[in-house]
Amino acid sequence: MAVIEISGKQIELDADGHLKNLSDWNEDIAKALAQEEGIPELTDRHWLVINYMRQEFQKNNDAPSIRKLTKESGVDTKELYQLFPKGPAKKAAKIAGLPKPKGCI
Amino acid sequence: MKKLVILGAGTAGTMILNKLYNELDTNQWSITIVDKEETHYYQPGFLFIPFGIYSRKDVIKPKRDFFPSGVSVIMSEIDKIDVNENKVILKNNVVLSYDYLIIATGSRIDPSEIEGMQGSLWRKNVFDFYTIDGACSLGKFFKNWEGGKLVIHITEMPIKCPVAPLEFAFLADWYFSERGIREKVDISFVTPLSGAFTKPKASAILGDFLEKKNIKLIPDFLIQRVDNEEKKIVSYDEIEVPFDVLVTIPTNKGDEAIARSGLGDELNFIPTDKHTLLAEGFDNIFVIGDATNLPSSKAGSVAHFQADILVENFLDVIEGRKPSAKFDGHANCFIESGFGKGILIDFNYDTEPLPGKFPLPGIGPFSLLEETQMNHFGKVMFRWMYWNFLLKGVELPIESHMSMAGKRF
Repeated sequence: MAVIEISGKQIELDADGHLKNLSDWNEDIAKALAQEEGIPELTDRHWLVINYMRQEFQKNNDAPSIRKLTKESGVDTKELYQLFPKGPAKKAAKIAGLPKPKGCI
Repeated sequence: MKKLVILGAGTAGTMILNKLYNELDTNQWSITIVDKEETHYYQPGFLFIPFGIYSRKDVIKPKRDFFPSGVSVIMSEIDKIDVNENKVILKNNVVLSYDYLIIATGSRIDPSEIEGMQGSLWRKNVFDFYTIDGACSLGKFFKNWEGGKLVIHITEMPIKCPVAPLEFAFLADWYFSERGIREKVDISFVTPLSGAFTKPKASAILGDFLEKKNIKLIPDFLIQRVDNEEKKIVSYDEIEVPFDVLVTIPTNKGDEAIARSGLGDELNFIPTDKHTLLAEGFDNIFVIGDATNLPSSKAGSVAHFQADILVENFLDVIEGRKPSAKFDGHANCFIESGFGKGILIDFNYDTEPLPGKFPLPGIGPFSLLEETQMNHFGKVMFRWMYWNFLLKGVELPIESHMSMAGKRF
């Protein structure tokens, strides 16, 4: 099992590199995960998306699809790609401390 | 008399009609099925039409051939479902009241979701093969095509039969090889997923097949628009893929009547209990097949396995019990891989496709996640099974729950 160290704390990751325990998440961990994904700073727009994703996950037990994100988060697809380059739904889920979206079979 | 209304007479609706007809006492039940079209399409056959293997006449039969006598058949579009009044309002102004409702309204492509997809090149250089007209016009185009850039593209998930685009790529490789122009055809497979398929193990194996067949995989591509002038597709992060012919799987959506009824999610698919198949929040509405929002494949095999579960739960509910049968997400797909061979995958909600033998452990005759001639024969035979057994609700020798027997980790 992979482990990363964030501000002196050992955090367990799952096979996809996402947090193993949702409860480990906090804003500092989000910032550290964002840096790993090549996002140096989290702006208000990033947080809007991250918080929306966490809310949705609590409701539905799955991270929202890109279509749902665009429709309901208040951030359009183009901007989502600027905020979270190369796969916003997946990247934002990771930074929000959620498991990899199940997506569809 | 109790009233059962089934909306949709495609694969799922026809199967569940036949299965329930055999179970219910027709002196006590009036059964009505509604569809807008008289023709039943064998949709798995659409894949073969662009390559001249099947033609239109190989994939159509009258829907009424598959309905048992004594069932009331109404050919009309659905306006909306009024769940508060237990009524369905049809576009022909007929109003049907129901005690129990089964929704099997399926999914269909909507190319208008993407800017430029239905532009000047639509059905000239931009095609779909998920409709009979799209498949036939692509067949005509391929006949005279001398080669260039062939781009096979998935717009967004979920799509009906998620393996069909891969099969299309494999068959294209084979078809252009047979025609002796394979070296003039540059094939790319463009997908919003991170790999060839949704499930990791199958994705890796199928990705290897793409590479072996010299088909370029372009993953993580979310299309923003089709540029008809410059013949290219452009993603939201400005990646461009040029094409001479684009074969796209447009956005798949549930029926508009579902949206009008306020029953669907953002793609008009109906929130459904993944185990009981009851529509969420209702105890007299079931959903089956592509119309559900379940995290299982949208495919005929899935609808078939669901039908067995739905029958059991339907009988429970009408007799005042809690639904007892649980759908496990079972799917079983023959993947045509070209050159007379095929690959078979078998999986459910929790278990991804694994290698092994199917359906008899150790014996087969089919091989899971391997390319064999026998798997191809399975696919070819399937059309006959579909018309003669599956639609009529006759039992097949395959369990509705997935079995781990014969599978290897």
